[in-house]
Amino acid sequence: MAAPDHTGVPLLELRDVTKSFQAVRALRGVSLALRSGEVHALAGENGAGKSTVVRIIGGEHQPDSGDVLLDGEHVRFSSPREAQQRGVAVIHQEPIQFPDLSVAENVFMGRQPLRTGRRIDRKAMHRRASEVFDQLGVPIDPARQTRGLSIADQQIIEIAKALVADARIIVMDEPTAALSAVEAERLFRVARGLADRGAALLFISHRLDEMYTLCDRVTVLRDGAFVVTERMADIDNDTLVRRMVGRSVEQLFPKRDTEIGEEVLVVDGLTRAGVYRDISFSVRRGEIVGLAGLVGSGRSEVVRAVFGVDDRDSGTVTVDGKALPKGKPRNAIESGVALVPEDRREQGLVLELSIERNASLARLRQVSPGGLTRQSRERALAGTWGERLSLKFGSLSDPAATLSGGNQQKIVLGKWLATEPSVLIVDEPTRGIDIGAKVEVHALLSDLAAQGMAVLLISSELPEVLGMADRVLVMHEGRITAELSRDEADEESVMYAATGNGSAA
Amino acid sequence: MNRIRALLSGRELSIVLALAAVVLVTTATNPSFLSAQGIHDLFLNASIIALLAIGQTLLVITRNIDLSVGSVMGLTAYMSGQMFIADHETPTILVVLAGMALGAACGAFNGALVAIAKVPALVVTLGTLYVYRGLTYGWASATGVHQINADQMSQGFLSFGSGSVLGIPHLTLIAVVALAIAAYALHNWRSGRELYAIGSNPQAARLAGIPAGKRVLTAFVVSGALVGLAGVLHASYFGTINASVGTGRELAVVAAVVVGGVAIFGGSGTVLGAVLGALLLTTITSALPILGVPAFWQRAVDGAALLLAISLDRAVMVRLAERLRKERSLRRA
Amino acid sequence: MREKLLRWESILLLLCILVFVWGSASTPGFAETDNVSFLLLDYTEVALLALALLPIILTGEIDLSVASVLGFCSALTGVLWDAGMSFETIVPLVLVAGAVLGSLNATLIVRFGLPALAVTIGTLGLYRGLAYVVLGDGAVTGFPDTYRPIATDTIPGTFLPYSTLVVLVLGILVAVVVHYTPIGRSLYAIGLGEQTARFSGIRVQRIKFVLYIVSGILCALASLVYTLRYNSARADNANGLELIAVAAVLLGGVSIFGGKGTVVGVASALLLMAGLRNVLFLNDVTNEIQNVINGLLLIISVLVPVVANLVRRRRSPAAVGIPEPPPQETLPDPVGATAASHATPEEDQR
Repeated sequence: MAAPDHTGVPLLELRDVTKSFQAVRALRGVSLALRSGEVHALAGENGAGKSTVVRIIGGEHQPDSGDVLLDGEHVRFSSPREAQQRGVAVIHQEPIQFPDLSVAENVFMGRQPLRTGRRIDRKAMHRRASEVFDQLGVPIDPARQTRGLSIADQQIIEIAKALVADARIIVMDEPTAALSAVEAERLFRVARGLADRGAALLFISHRLDEMYTLCDRVTVLRDGAFVVTERMADIDNDTLVRRMVGRSVEQLFPKRDTEIGEEVLVVDGLTRAGVYRDISFSVRRGEIVGLAGLVGSGRSEVVRAVFGVDDRDSGTVTVDGKALPKGKPRNAIESGVALVPEDRREQGLVLELSIERNASLARLRQVSPGGLTRQSRERALAGTWGERLSLKFGSLSDPAATLSGGNQQKIVLGKWLATEPSVLIVDEPTRGIDIGAKVEVHALLSDLAAQGMAVLLISSELPEVLGMADRVLVMHEGRITAELSRDEADEESVMYAATGNGSAA
Repeated sequence: MNRIRALLSGRELSIVLALAAVVLVTTATNPSFLSAQGIHDLFLNASIIALLAIGQTLLVITRNIDLSVGSVMGLTAYMSGQMFIADHETPTILVVLAGMALGAACGAFNGALVAIAKVPALVVTLGTLYVYRGLTYGWASATGVHQINADQMSQGFLSFGSGSVLGIPHLTLIAVVALAIAAYALHNWRSGRELYAIGSNPQAARLAGIPAGKRVLTAFVVSGALVGLAGVLHASYFGTINASVGTGRELAVVAAVVVGGVAIFGGSGTVLGAVLGALLLTTITSALPILGVPAFWQRAVDGAALLLAISLDRAVMVRLAERLRKERSLRRA
Repeated sequence: MREKLLRWESILLLLCILVFVWGSASTPGFAETDNVSFLLLDYTEVALLALALLPIILTGEIDLSVASVLGFCSALTGVLWDAGMSFETIVPLVLVAGAVLGSLNATLIVRFGLPALAVTIGTLGLYRGLAYVVLGDGAVTGFPDTYRPIATDTIPGTFLPYSTLVVLVLGILVAVVVHYTPIGRSLYAIGLGEQTARFSGIRVQRIKFVLYIVSGILCALASLVYTLRYNSARADNANGLELIAVAAVLLGGVSIFGGKGTVVGVASALLLMAGLRNVLFLNDVTNEIQNVINGLLLIISVLVPVVANLVRRRRSPAAVGIPEPPPQETLPDPVGATAASHATPEEDQR
């Protein structure tokens, strides 16, 4: 490890970097300096451009203009491999590993210690891996298969990888999203240790308290543009939020008071061994219920089972008093349930299909009078909803892939609203979309609730849950640990329950 | 001792047990099955398919497949015969090297289409299965040589194929050497481990900077060379060749590999397992007539063995996932 | 996207015309009615197998056992005929047998979640093996003259064989289902995004199951035509015909990764291949060389879109919107081996 660097030349610097994808400007004029011995926070809302910054530093993307400087010298990483060789390591929220290979092999892939005859020195490899894990204070058996490890352990493997590669610039992209309080604490200890030994860290998180705990400085992005870089100690929580959001909370979360009616969706005793257990809740007409919790706490799994795409072991789901059979999404749709899923690109849309075909996918029978699908009907359906949601598109026959994240999300919303649901479940509806679209989505949810729809909202962005929900359910390790009214729910109370400190509701 | 136990644990052990069971039952019916000659024949028969299985394993580990092996084997076998027609006293080593070179070239063609042009291996090799076979037939009809018999080949070549050292057939020795080298390389070389990495998660392999295209191409070339070798050995052992040698062998090879525990989605499995798989299937095939089952059943048995193996693998995997899930729920409760 | 496909089909049709013009100009006898009828007859079974394969490949799956199903059904026909059963009884039995074999494929692939490639390589061997088991390596001949004309003769006064008429009717049926019904829409959605299809309430499993059963029935039908046409039931009937059927489907512009392709494209490819085969045959090009050509056609049909894509990308690097096809076989994921796929480039943009 290099000695802490106090000369003032940043280890890595971005200067006035811009990056566009087709017509979309993801980054415009972003500057950022990572110094040795420092943990640097990158703050911004969904869609502010954080991931693009990470990908440029990691060599996955190349900037359109602007400079990347390593030790004060211009560099251009043409591939992730090149960035790694120059000492950059990126730790993703969900690490990408070789599930069939051993932990030690994952750590050392491509740089295994060799004996004579270019033979891999397995003993040395396992010893080194054990040393690194000891150093990190996490006992993982280097010889075990990687498949089946928890996300927290997989992240430790990624960090170990960075250590054996002598990485000096370590980027952590939302590493805590799926971690329990204990695991997150462990990660912070490791991160701090890396910085103390001279590495420069870039830390991305949804949670401001974590930034204050861990980081020395913060750079704020908004809508792809650089806003400010400040010392963490010099910026208070409210200012930081204001810088990130750039507009008032009322604008961002246009929550309307609604008349809350009778129960529409009732979930009782839903259980799936090892995933979630004994989940009971209800959503009323006109109500937005927030479902909070860490990534991996079972939120998405619960709503997938409610909708019927996943199986469940026991429990009942009723809509308007009618029980839904398990494992049958089609019945759920017919009973008026719609699910806007978490992964827009893999579950919400068929990216290569046209906008109109995507829009009609959940109600094919309605565009097929007499059993024959009419393109004119598909087009009319897509046109109607496109207009209502102010979708921006070239032609309705363009593939959905050609649209921006926000507009793609609007297609998914339109596709589901076209089924005229009485219960709308939205899972991470604003992930990866820009602020403008985000505000529109919030306004739409608010309107829908006002019109009497029952809305169940899952989000990892706490402000979104707090800003939109009438009632907040919090999950931890597959159980509902708290049910909070709009007045009771604040950042502290929700996180308290989400990290395993709440009592079962 | 520990090493041996580790080596034979899991899949390899179960194949050895299955093998023992087949041998026991068959020997009980007809004791000559386990005679010196019987065992000799068994290993001889398994040797050629074992070579093919070693090559196929290299590819399946990387999430690829080669359906053209039977045709490449036929082509190189036929070429061996043609070399003797051209010069009756062609040195054996030259025939072997030429066969391996031709096999490697066929593999390189497959590999280039897969690794460089990114055409799925399934489609490429399904196509070249017919191309290479067609070339063999074309060669035969162009020269009018439809069958090449033992008396047209050199004595040295024939005795090379049928000979043995200390009672162990040459063919078996060659297969064992190939097995040892491949197993060593896959286990001990960085490039060997990278083949597993490519099959286990292509995206992670890319991020780790593994030159996947180069590795896959190399695997195809090496596999092709082994198939070429198998073709030459077939010629020298049987002494009679026509253009149809090796037809339909791809099924037996894929079955052997999968039965041997090589995951069809890549990332795991060993050459030892694949070779044991080949030995097991060969043994079953040889046992069928003794047990009174018509030889017609061979293809059906190969197919059924393949299906059984992937079904078992799947069942084990599902049960493992289920167990992990249940354990997690117990831990939480 | 649609225009691109249409362009591919126009190219195929153009090639078709070229082959037929070249054939009639260069080869005496090519354009004669009898020859055209023969040319069509010769591809009846391939066309039926291709119709079975098309919807399956559209969903991103594969069935390599089609020719073996044909072989088994042919052998079964022979055994039952040999046993003195009437042909009227045999036909439904054989069709049911095809459905049973198809549903075995379906059970392994859909219910057990096994990769279609491995399963159908296995059943390719199994079904062919069973064909030998039931019939041995002999042949059964002497099928009734009452039915043989269906497979050999033309509709009186035309060049159109009865069996081609059957293929045409079935082809139109498949075209309507694939292009103009909710099921058809679902096939494309499954091929391009199976998860999304499931999340949209499409019964992916049921659809795939039915496709494999239908495939079995069509192969059984093909076996009846084949057996009657050659007046011979043998276990090795149509050995290797799966290659030609797969080649026709892929040459027709259907993507091996699923979700792209049209019935018109496949029909053009069939016509092209049938014409080419006939011209070559009349010019004394051997069967073996024809196999080389079929193999190359298969490879080229998959190579063309890949190369076109590369060229297009080189020309306009901005066109990154459409994700490239997976680099290797689209094998199903072994219990989330690649589930840790992280966000793609467009994720964090506006």
